[in-house]
This record gives sequence, C-alpha cells and structure tokens, in this order.
Amino acid sequence: MALEVDHLQLCYRTLRGDVRAVDDVTFTIDDGEIMGLAGESGCGKSTLGNGLVRMDVRMRQLAGRVELDGEELPISDEKAMRSFRFKSVSIVPQYAMSALNPTRRVGKMVSELLKSRGFDYKSALPELERRVKLVGLDADVLKRYPIELSGGMKQRVVMVISTLLNPSLLIADEVTSALDVSTQRAVGEMLLEFRDRKFVKSTMVITHDVSILAQVADTILVMYAGKLAEKASADVVINSPLHPYTQLLISSLPEVGVRHDEHTLVGIPGRPPPLLNPPAGCRFRDRCPFAFDRCAEEPPFMEVKPGHSVACWLRTKGAAPAGGAEPC
Amino acid sequence: MTVVGHEGDLGTDEPVPVDKAPVDSTGEALTAKKRFEFLYFAVRNKKLLIGLSVVVLFALVALLGPLFVKHSMLAYGPPFRPPSAAYWFGTNYFGQDVFAEFVYGLRESLFVGLLGGCGATVIGMTFGFLAGYKGGMIDEALNVLCNVLLTIPGLVLLILIAGFLHHTSAVIEGLLIAGTTWTWAMRAIRAQTFSLVSRDFVGLAKLSGEKSRSIIVREIAPNMSSYLFLVFILLFGGAILVAASFDFLGLGPSNGMSLGIMMEQAADWSALPLHLWWWFVPPGAAITCVVGGLYFANVGLDEVFNPKLREL
Amino acid sequence: MRRYLARKLIIYVVTFFVAATIDWLLPRMVPGNPVSLLLAKMNLQPQTYNATYSLYMKAFGFNRPWWDQYLNFWRALLHGNLGVSIYDFPKPVTSVIADYVLFTLALLIPAILLAYFAGNKVGAMAARRKSLDNTVLPVGYLLTATAYPWLALLLAFLFAAGGIGHFFPISGGFSYGLIPAWNWAFMWSLITHWFLPFLTLFLVAFGGWAIGMRNLIIYELESDYTHYLEALGAPSKLVRRYAYRNAMLPQLTGLALQLGVIVGGAVVTEVTFAYPGLGYLIFQAVGNDDYFLLQGIFMFIIVGVLVANFIIDIIYVLVDPRTRVGISGA
Repeated sequence: MALEVDHLQLCYRTLRGDVRAVDDVTFTIDDGEIMGLAGESGCGKSTLGNGLVRMDVRMRQLAGRVELDGEELPISDEKAMRSFRFKSVSIVPQYAMSALNPTRRVGKMVSELLKSRGFDYKSALPELERRVKLVGLDADVLKRYPIELSGGMKQRVVMVISTLLNPSLLIADEVTSALDVSTQRAVGEMLLEFRDRKFVKSTMVITHDVSILAQVADTILVMYAGKLAEKASADVVINSPLHPYTQLLISSLPEVGVRHDEHTLVGIPGRPPPLLNPPAGCRFRDRCPFAFDRCAEEPPFMEVKPGHSVACWLRTKGAAPAGGAEPC
Repeated sequence: MTVVGHEGDLGTDEPVPVDKAPVDSTGEALTAKKRFEFLYFAVRNKKLLIGLSVVVLFALVALLGPLFVKHSMLAYGPPFRPPSAAYWFGTNYFGQDVFAEFVYGLRESLFVGLLGGCGATVIGMTFGFLAGYKGGMIDEALNVLCNVLLTIPGLVLLILIAGFLHHTSAVIEGLLIAGTTWTWAMRAIRAQTFSLVSRDFVGLAKLSGEKSRSIIVREIAPNMSSYLFLVFILLFGGAILVAASFDFLGLGPSNGMSLGIMMEQAADWSALPLHLWWWFVPPGAAITCVVGGLYFANVGLDEVFNPKLREL
Repeated sequence: MRRYLARKLIIYVVTFFVAATIDWLLPRMVPGNPVSLLLAKMNLQPQTYNATYSLYMKAFGFNRPWWDQYLNFWRALLHGNLGVSIYDFPKPVTSVIADYVLFTLALLIPAILLAYFAGNKVGAMAARRKSLDNTVLPVGYLLTATAYPWLALLLAFLFAAGGIGHFFPISGGFSYGLIPAWNWAFMWSLITHWFLPFLTLFLVAFGGWAIGMRNLIIYELESDYTHYLEALGAPSKLVRRYAYRNAMLPQLTGLALQLGVIVGGAVVTEVTFAYPGLGYLIFQAVGNDDYFLLQGIFMFIIVGVLVANFIIDIIYVLVDPRTRVGISGA
C-alpha cells in the first residue's frame, strides 16, 4: 500500500471562516496503481493533491492522517515535509509551463536543486539525460533556457525533473489540460511508461478530463463538493458508474478531449453547494434527479461491491428509494 | 500593481460566496456585493486609513487654513521669531508670518500637484489606450515618443524650458509637469489595455460594431478604473515633488507662494546660518507627509483592489 | 541580442535628435529672442543698441534662414562646438562644462551605485523578515516621498549649520583657501564638501530601491517557479536566491528609468550646497540668461544619460538570458 489517506480534512482559511475543501476523505493507492481523481472545478481535488505535497499558507489540516509506504506523511508540518518532497512524494504541477526558473538553464536549475537537497548532480546526470531522451527530447534541452522550449517540451521536462528521484507517489495535477489532443495522449503514455519503468511507485492523476483517465487510470476516485462520491476501477466508473453524479459526469463527456472548465457541467443543472457551512445531507441533493427524503442525511462512503465504493443512499443496502426511481 | 491570473481549483482568488447566490443573479446584486467587499477591506486596511487621513488632514489645512491665518503674508512684524501663540510657525527674515505662507503655499502646491497629476493621467490614459488598443504603427510611434521622454531627465528639460520662458504661473507649471511625467503611466496603461483587448467582452463589443472610442470609454476604461486611480495617486504625489524642486530653483510662479518657494526663500535668506528652522521645516515636512500619505494610500488601495495581496 | 541592442540604439539616436531639436527650437520659440533679452539687460543707448543687436544677431547667426540655422547648429554640435558662454565670455561652453563635470560625476556615480546596491540588499532582507519590513517599508516610502531640496536643507542645517553640529562645510566643492592639488588636505576638503550632497542623493534613491526590491521579491516568491521549487523541497536559501536574481532584472530596468529623476535631484542638491557641478552650473546659466551655456549643458546631460542608459542595457543583456536567446524557441 503506497498511499493511505485516512479521514483527511483540509480547509482554506478565509476572512469569512474555514472553507472545507477536502472533507473527511479516506482512500488508498496501491503500489503500481495509477489513480485518477476526477470532479468539477472547485470540488477539492487540486486541494487534496497539492495538500499532499505542499500546503498553501492559507491551508490547514483539520483532521486525518496520511501514510506513505507505512510512514506518516507530516503534511501540515512545512519543515518536516521538506525531506519527503521530491524524494518520496513529488508533483507535476498544473502550471508546468511556467514552473521553470526563466533565468536559469534547465540543467543548471536541476543541478542547483539537487545540490540543495544533498544530491550529486554529476552522478545523476546520466540518468537525467537518459530520461530526457526517453520522453523524446534531445539531451541538450538541459543546456537551454525555458524560453527556448515549447509548451509541450516544458511539460515533459518538468515530468522528468519531478520523477528524477523515483518518488513513491507522483501527483500529476491537470497535466493535460493545456495541451492539444495528440500531445495529451503522449503525456498519458509517459505516465504509463514512468509507472512501468518504476520511476514512480504510484500516481495520482488529477483532472477534470475523464477521457485521459480512460487511457491511463487503473482506478478512478470521483469527488463532489469536498466529499468522495465514488471509487472503483476505471473501467467500472466509466462504463457502469453507480453515483448519479458520476453518471452525469461521464455522460456529459461524449468525446475524447472535450473539456468543461465552466462552473457548471453541461447536462447537470445547478452548481455545487458552497463549502463554507455546507448544508447537511448529501451535497449533490439539490442537483440530483433522484433525490429523495433520505438524502437529507449524509450518505456514508461504503463499499457496495468488491473494489467499488459509493456515497449514495440509492446504492446503500436496505435503503431503497421510496419512489423506486431507478437510474441506469 | 500586478495582475496575476491563476486558474485555481478552489479558494485561490475569491472567497467562496457565503449565501447561495445563484449565478444568474442580477448585476445589481453583484456590484452591491463587490462594493460591500471593497468597503469591508478598505476600512480594515491600516495603510489606506493612515495614508488617507494624512492627505485629508493637509487638504483641510489648505482649504480651511486661511480662516485661521491671523497675519497677512504681506504684513511685516518682528523678524526671526520662533513659533509662538501669536505666530504659530514663527516669523521669517522679514518678519512675515510663516504660518500664513505655509497655508497659502500648501494650497498652491496641492493645486499644482493636482493639475500635474490629472494632466499626466489624462495624457498617459489617452496615449496608453491608443497604443494598447490600436497597436501597429500608432503603438510604435507613441512608444518611441514615450521612450525618448523617459530618457530625457524631466527636471532638466523643465529647467531648459523655464530658462527661456521667464514667466510662469501655477497653471503653466502644472501643465509643464504633466507634459513631462506621463510617460511611465502610459507604459503601464498600455500594457493593461493590451491584456484587456484580448478578452471576450472587448471582442464582442468590436463585433457588435461599436466605435473604438466608445469601446475604450465604455468597456476598457471602466474595467481598469481602480488601476487608473492608483496611477493617478502616484502621478499626483510625483507632481508635488517635481513642483517642489522646480519652485526651489526659483523657476516657479513669479508672484505666488508655494512650499517650494518657501524653501527657496529660506535658503536664499540665511535661514540656515540664522537657525530659522521653522521657516523651511514645515513646508518640506508637509510635502513628505502628503506624498508619503498618497504612496501609503496607494499601497493600501492596491491591497484592497487586489485580493491576492490581502493579508489574512 | 543584437536585435535588442540595435532597437535600443535607434531609440537613443532618436532621443538625441529630439533633444537637440528641442534645444535648438526653444530659444526661437519664446517671445523676443535671446539677443534682445540679453541686450535688454545691458542698458544701452538706442544707437548702440541697434548696432550691437545686429552684431550679435549676425554673430550668433539669428539673421539667417531657419533651416540654415538648424543645419549650422547640427554642424557645430557634431564638432563638439556648443558655442561660447555669455556669462563667462569668451570661454567656450565646452570648457566651462569641463570645469564642473567631474564634481557632478563624483557625486552621481557613487550615489547611484551605492543607493542601488544597498537598497536592493535591504529590500531583500525586508522581504524575508517581517520585523525589519515593518521599519523598512514606512521609512522607504517616506524617503521616496521626500523632496530633494528639503532633505538637502535639513541635512545642511543639522550637520553643517550647527543644528546638531558643524561637522561638514555648508557649501562649495572645496575650501576656498586651498589650491587644487593632489595632497591630503585638499582631498579631505573635497570629501567633506562632497559628503552631505552625496548623502542627500543617496537617501532618497535608497528608499525607492529598498521598496522596489521588497515588492519584487514578494512577487517573485508568489510565482510558479518558486512554488515548484518549494514543492520539490528546495530549501528557502535557494528559493530566495532565485527570487533575488530574478527581481534584479526589473530593478535594472528601473535604474535606467530613474536616471533622469536622480539627475534632477542632483541639480537641486548641488544648488542647495552650492556644489560646483553641472546642476549648479545650469542653475547659474538660467539666472544669468546664458542661453548657450544652458543649451550646452542640456545637450551634455542628455549625452551622459544616453551613455549611462547604454551601459545599463549592456549589463541587462549580460544578466538576462532571455534577451540573448531571443524568442527562437522551437
């Protein structure tokens, strides 16, 4: 078990109070697993991903525990986290295009970064060059400045840098959203290749683009308004999802590469509830076509079939809807 | 004053709405909310409050001061008097009331600064909008003009002009200052306009056949009004400083009083060896306070307008 | 890189051209001409006046067609001939300037460089430490909000006129009793006369750089590349080093933009301390209606500022790789 997240609660502190962006989240990622984390913009998926690497100054951990390879990950302790970053847990950030220092040659930046973490650049260089070539770039990109690289090249360089120390967990945050469809596929293949070559033990792919998950993910975790909605193997989530939200999310994505940056999903009227003092009960209630009385209570995130968990009263045994409305 | 875009996941830019305001709520409700938010942060921003109160205080002195002036500027009393109940700021070499000079000098300095600041803002806006919106040759030409003026030291150019003009008035002085200090404002506004022109609503206005001028006035300017205000504050403060140097060199209005002229006269008439500090300390201190207050208010307002800079 | 410098050079050529044209045009635009203004002061008899007038008009070339005057002006300018000083007649303007220019350079160069480096260092420190920031920020803003003449008067009063003591001489470039020579007494006299004007220029500029650097570093620390470094566990030492280096670039651009302001400040400061530099000289030229001297100093300052700008451009190219590689990315 590479990653174990147990009842994790993360919040943003704002002037109006705490916004619980990640609310009581429990899941695991196995060794060698690529887990997709999907949901609308604002559902807390990026907060969760970033929180596992580096918490923003405004972020707080309210509860819960994170373990990586059986060791506790002190995510709320900025100093203690430093030694884990890069080495055990690493990230390919959303802003990969601008993640490189514009005034340093790529190789120079990597060497200074490695040295600052107590690693030797010279001995790491052959492997670095090998990996740069592996992702289809010329080794001399290391001698170039970021401005000399195209967006796709920068993305690949950042992926190589982030995984250079073979971390146990890689968070890939919206790695495909700024790319065109063919490059998206290439990046997806890189994620698979990195896993197969054991550059990374387990990967969390955060995206709002479910099509990329169909390509790379073993399992998919769907979040809604800070809560977990559904988790199952990628195949099951895409072909026979159980949560009404997942169903709408999947059906609203008819084609590969179609994205939905807007606040509202096409086909799902309404928008997620505010996360500052969210209403009790199921958070999808207001938008759910199948909502019924029971939804005023919060549904538990329960395993309904082996390897398939869902938080919906419709799917929880012994709680059939009064009206008998059956989705699917 | 940086505009940083960030496509965050949650809670990065705007605080999450408290109530369940629907997306399609009327524009009125939204502006009311924005205004509330602006006030909410404005009254809590120490820099803004301190800066603004200092500026307002001196503005009041300039406005209401004449009511408290007991001695005419032209009345010659006992010379070299230190500050006292009769002469609040003492008297100068000639026995004139320094407080009277201060009040009228402050008026003139604020007037010249305001004129220079407004003028420079207007020129900077006009050229900045034109360059940023039209692009192409107009942009190139205005850029060259701007760079040329940026390179020529403003005060030295003013000295050259004044050296040949011989007679200046407060209005001419203000306009001259405006004509030499608009350059950086144009650069900043041009850059902001560039980024706005590429946005959807401007494109929409263009498609709907609106005229350039009306697009600039209706779509672009309102969208950067807070930014323009910040630019104006900085230009206002800068103009007061330039005017002080200009007046100090004896190039200011020939028959008037200003804070710079007070310092000039103090320097010319032995205030230093005679230790008449009350003659030149108040005018310079007033300039530092007003300009410093403006700069502080600017920083504070920037934090209020720009959520990224707000301290939690 | 060549493109970048070539573009800059074109701007400088245009600037020189525009400045020279303004310089030529101004005396011809004011009501009356310099000659009549000059003669008005001489209190001449009507006949003598007319004769002198036409003599002067001829001597200065004001009687020729404007284009001829303009070409002549350029011809003279390119030969380094700025005319003769009326006030210090018949000394050429260039040699009058030569007497004063060293003092200005001795004042400006250390003031600009020291304020720039000290301001940047202190600003970077303030961005790191909240306690220091609480002093640096207000003090910095107050210093930039201070008018040069006031600070000059204040320092002169406190440290030269006896407000606190008579530590420094109040005016001049060196003691009048001394003859310029390379000896200790003269050097010491130069230094003591130099210090307060220097301090004035230094303090105002220092405040600006400190604030600028502080704000830039805070901005850089919020940038993506910083966040990426932090996400990879880079220690704050490396993060800050990168932020400082990158913040230096806009500061360098700022230095070029601030040159004009500092030169203006130097004029006022030199006048306050009667420090015999170009600023003091230009002030004397205005006071004495010495138009050729005025025009000459103006041109001279322009050339100086252009040279300084070009030096900064070259440094910029050396420190910012982006100007070197251009936008030739694949």
